[in-house]
Amino acid sequence: MELLSYIPDVIVTHLRISVTVPQTSLHRSCRWYSVSHLSVKERIDQKREAALQGGGQQRIEAQHKRGKLTARERVQLLLDPESFVETDMFVEHRCADFGMEQDRNKFPGDSVVTGRGRINGRLVYVFSQDFTVFGGSLSGAHAQKICKIMDQAMTVGAPVIGLNDSGGARIQEGVESLAGYADIFLRNVMASGVIPQISLIMGPCAGGAVPEIFPNWHSVTNEDVTQEELGGAKTHTTVSGVAHRAFENDIEALLNLREFFNFLPLSNQDPAPIRESHDSSDRLVPSLDNIVPLESTKAYDMLDIIHAIVDEREFFEIMPNYAKNIVVGFARMNGRTVGIVGNQPKVASGCLDINSSVKGARFVRFCDAFNIPIITFVDVPGFLPGTAQEYGGIIRHGAKLLFAFAEATVPKITIITRKAYGGAYDVMSSKHLRGDVNYAWPTAEVAVMGAKGAVQIIFRGKENQAEAEAEYVEKFANPFPAAVRGFVDDIIEPATTRKKICQDLEVLASKKQVNPWKKHANIPL
Amino acid sequence: MTLWMIGNMAAHSVPSTLKRLLFAVKCSPLQSRCCVVQREAQYSTISSPNEKTFDKILIANRGEIACRVIKTCKKMGIQTVAVHSDVDSSAVHVKMADEAVCVGSAPTSKSYLNMDAIMDAIRVTGAQAVHPGYGFLSENKEFAKRLAAEGVAFIGPDTHAIQAMGDKIESKLIAKAAKVNTIPGFDGVVKTAEEAVKIAQQIGYPVMIKASAGGGGKGMRIAWNDEETREGFRFSSQEAASSFGDDRLLIEKYIDNPRHIEIQVLADKHGNALWLNERECSIQRRNQKVVEEAPSTFLDPVTRRAMGEQAVQLAKAVHYSSAGTVEFLVDSKKNFYFLEMNTRLQVEHPITECITGLDLVEQMIRVAKGYQLQHTQEDIPINGWAIECRVYAEDPYKSFGLPSIGRLSQYQEPLNLDKVRVDSGIQEGSDISIYYDPMISKLITYGATRAEALGRMEDALDNYVIRGVTHNIPLLREIITHPRFVSGHISTNFLPEVYPDGFKGHQLEADAKRELLASAAVLYIAAELRSAKSRFIQIIKQQCEHCVEIDGAKVEVWGALNLASPLLPLTVNGTHRMLQCQTSHCSPYVRVLSKLAAELNSYMPEKASEDTSSILRSPMPGTVVAVSVKPGDTVAEGQEICVIEAMKMQNSLTAVKQAKVKSVHCKPGETVGEGDLLVELE
Repeated sequence: MELLSYIPDVIVTHLRISVTVPQTSLHRSCRWYSVSHLSVKERIDQKREAALQGGGQQRIEAQHKRGKLTARERVQLLLDPESFVETDMFVEHRCADFGMEQDRNKFPGDSVVTGRGRINGRLVYVFSQDFTVFGGSLSGAHAQKICKIMDQAMTVGAPVIGLNDSGGARIQEGVESLAGYADIFLRNVMASGVIPQISLIMGPCAGGAVPEIFPNWHSVTNEDVTQEELGGAKTHTTVSGVAHRAFENDIEALLNLREFFNFLPLSNQDPAPIRESHDSSDRLVPSLDNIVPLESTKAYDMLDIIHAIVDEREFFEIMPNYAKNIVVGFARMNGRTVGIVGNQPKVASGCLDINSSVKGARFVRFCDAFNIPIITFVDVPGFLPGTAQEYGGIIRHGAKLLFAFAEATVPKITIITRKAYGGAYDVMSSKHLRGDVNYAWPTAEVAVMGAKGAVQIIFRGKENQAEAEAEYVEKFANPFPAAVRGFVDDIIEPATTRKKICQDLEVLASKKQVNPWKKHANIPL
Repeated sequence: MTLWMIGNMAAHSVPSTLKRLLFAVKCSPLQSRCCVVQREAQYSTISSPNEKTFDKILIANRGEIACRVIKTCKKMGIQTVAVHSDVDSSAVHVKMADEAVCVGSAPTSKSYLNMDAIMDAIRVTGAQAVHPGYGFLSENKEFAKRLAAEGVAFIGPDTHAIQAMGDKIESKLIAKAAKVNTIPGFDGVVKTAEEAVKIAQQIGYPVMIKASAGGGGKGMRIAWNDEETREGFRFSSQEAASSFGDDRLLIEKYIDNPRHIEIQVLADKHGNALWLNERECSIQRRNQKVVEEAPSTFLDPVTRRAMGEQAVQLAKAVHYSSAGTVEFLVDSKKNFYFLEMNTRLQVEHPITECITGLDLVEQMIRVAKGYQLQHTQEDIPINGWAIECRVYAEDPYKSFGLPSIGRLSQYQEPLNLDKVRVDSGIQEGSDISIYYDPMISKLITYGATRAEALGRMEDALDNYVIRGVTHNIPLLREIITHPRFVSGHISTNFLPEVYPDGFKGHQLEADAKRELLASAAVLYIAAELRSAKSRFIQIIKQQCEHCVEIDGAKVEVWGALNLASPLLPLTVNGTHRMLQCQTSHCSPYVRVLSKLAAELNSYMPEKASEDTSSILRSPMPGTVVAVSVKPGDTVAEGQEICVIEAMKMQNSLTAVKQAKVKSVHCKPGETVGEGDLLVELE
């Protein structure tokens, strides 16, 4: 269903482009195609030269004027110098209708640049759509090129990065183009959970401009105002949650992508990468001893805890502007990549709701798929109550997060910093969901609900509510009820949290856990 | 290794910690820092065990001064009681004290100024004496009275002295009677210009003429001769009559390029009083001291003695006991005039402790118990030189410092350095809130000579790590290395004179800039290399050397590149430098980009800047006190739109152009953050 809903977009958007593009495009002089009797060698050189030019100098300049880089510039910037190895430079589209068969409408390589290269020495496959050729629209040949590198990436086990800048389907090709999309979608699905797929939206990306439905991470830079409102970077990173990070411009996005890439394993067969750490693994963090306010109603910033604990205060947050009541992102502990999930008491008291559950679940599943240990910081007063949430299916969506944590077999370490109330306690990587190490800080309160609500139910209509509340707090608003039952493994001094996590990760590096055989699980979608 | 450096450099691929660099330019080689002074740099740490003072003292203050007092109490074996507001419940002074009592909620009027609650705390804990610190209740005679009524000792002067010195007019009269130099002047009706000239001549030029009723510097005229006096008379008398309906004029000695120099006095209850030399506090902004030193470069022994003796005369005249400070204005000819007397421990007392070796808090406690002074005037030395910088959480680029708030995400005092004293009441993880003074700490350095103390201060500032709030270390460092300051040619106008357009940050010389770029490039390369070898772990512990070529010039950078450390000691072209990398609020801002990225960067669109003339944003975090406009109003240029208060400071925000108010996004009583939208104009 979701797929079909994209198709009208493809057509509408592309109509605009198909009108504008050919008119201004094809009047360049002295092009290679006018010469017919060249040697093969010369023809190869000329074709290569033409491929490097994409849609021509004029279009390149127009692209630059819009503050955007060309497809090739982007690839160069993303990959290590001299590491790009291009494939299918000679592929051309095969459309014979509407004058497309004319030589002047053929561009070697068509509207996408594909190949492989390295980021910090690590293999990656890349495709970069070329807006200067037919607005980057997706032809059958274009799709075929993308499919080829995706297949190769799957064969050798290396990530695929798509740099998207495309008006959508190539209308002149009709169903051929749609088929192309489907071919790519299939590969997206097959590759999901096998190799990381990252897509960077660097211009229009109407319709199904590919891995969008299976992006692991993607970024949007879009300066067109109306497009911005329809589905620009801001919409997709703050409202729809389709995109995971937005950046100022192409260069920011590409260089940040390089940073991000360093966190990822090449495939699900690889362990999480380890980088040399300059931050000692047994560093104590005394500032954490006071970070949780004494009043349990007062907020604090979970990011402060995360920054203080991880290596070199480096935290690559994913979806920082969407469902801010949960924080997810990548960091390193003693050099090893970890995924971090934390409730954010600063936003909606850190309550779980539909959006934050889905955001968290997707992240947890990504980490589990790619062998990245998960560290969870818990301060959750429960699920957000209200009809909007109930009608929206909070039970189904909340279950996604529970499902994700429960099925994950990577090392799971949980720290309860303060509240762990009700069902949300169960969900947040609790011991009961096969948490490997579950810690509580002295400020932790594991309970069915807050003292006030609990007392109102237990002592309904009785007097001395205040007294009863104090008794309840005394009994349950501390880590002991959970600790005596073994639901937390230890109550630790906050200052030692980093040290403990690093030690645990060391031990858990050899963790082996297998879920029962099944065709696939049936996560509540 | 050689790299390409491009003017606009960016650290995109470098970890975020490297994105902005703070660069410390320092040339003095470390070898010269040998220690000549044997004396303990701070104050005596030994107290005489035979003198029994109090068993338990309550400190009616917070922050660094509360910690400071507790330290001495511990040394003297006295139990301590801290008071605190609810938000301060885990503050450093609370942890340091033996007992702590919460005296109310965050606003000072509900807690630290809440006399009832503090009196209760005294009763509950059985404290025998109260040290008030500075500010809050330290010069509150009502508080002193209530303590006396309950038989609790007030560690400070008695009520009479507080009252006498608390009133500006009365204190001047007392000073005059005690033969202390006061600013000569005349306040009354002046009938003719010639009469004005006569008065001016008696006072001695230059003189200042203004209407008595006009406040502050309003309508102030300065006359250097008879002619200017006549003109000033005409102008001021007209203004006095027309604007104020009060034709009294004030003609007063005008003090050009005044210096603010104060004398520390110490007196006991037996009529003994000492002067503990001077402190020069001329570097001020908005009448708040920023950098202080002792002794002053300006005073000769004769002037010092004269000032000291007059200060003691004043102290004796009001039967002063305890530590106090007599403030003077000193003109360019070393004439000095009494300004006021502070009947408390001053913020800047540590520099006096450094050069005299006395523990002023200890002396105050002794005196409060009724002991006689242990010293005579001949015992009071000037040993070496001490400098104090007040490190504030504030943005020095906005009128030399507007308050900033936040959590100290990283905090490291330069205590590893010799002869450095840091008086602070915060630690890593502390919050700087809008409720209290934004001072982070007092950084004090000490040396045998001024040059030594200054050099050490430079080191200390460079080694001071503060993250999470904007701080004024860039400004402090500029001041203490400014040639005018170094030569001692300063006055209270130093800041506005040296930075007429406001403080813009350190301006790098070509060499220093090159070295900064080279260091940034080396860090960038170190981070890149580390990322590239992630799969084959090899930890290189040895220090390595890099050679960077910038516009043909070679820069050698040598040092262990620890990318996790907030402090990066590097040797650049043979000179030791301390670098700090920071992600925000930092100048200069350095970006490192590869050659390709730098070339392509030229295509990137400039970020459209906001039209600041029609949008009013809060320049600092604080509380909205008043909003003077509503949507639809037309405001004139310069008209007040709203008032924001933070840390005892009210800031009036005005319109920069005439316009109609489009929308108002704040209301009185609301708390706003820095950069929050307040009012939009059309």
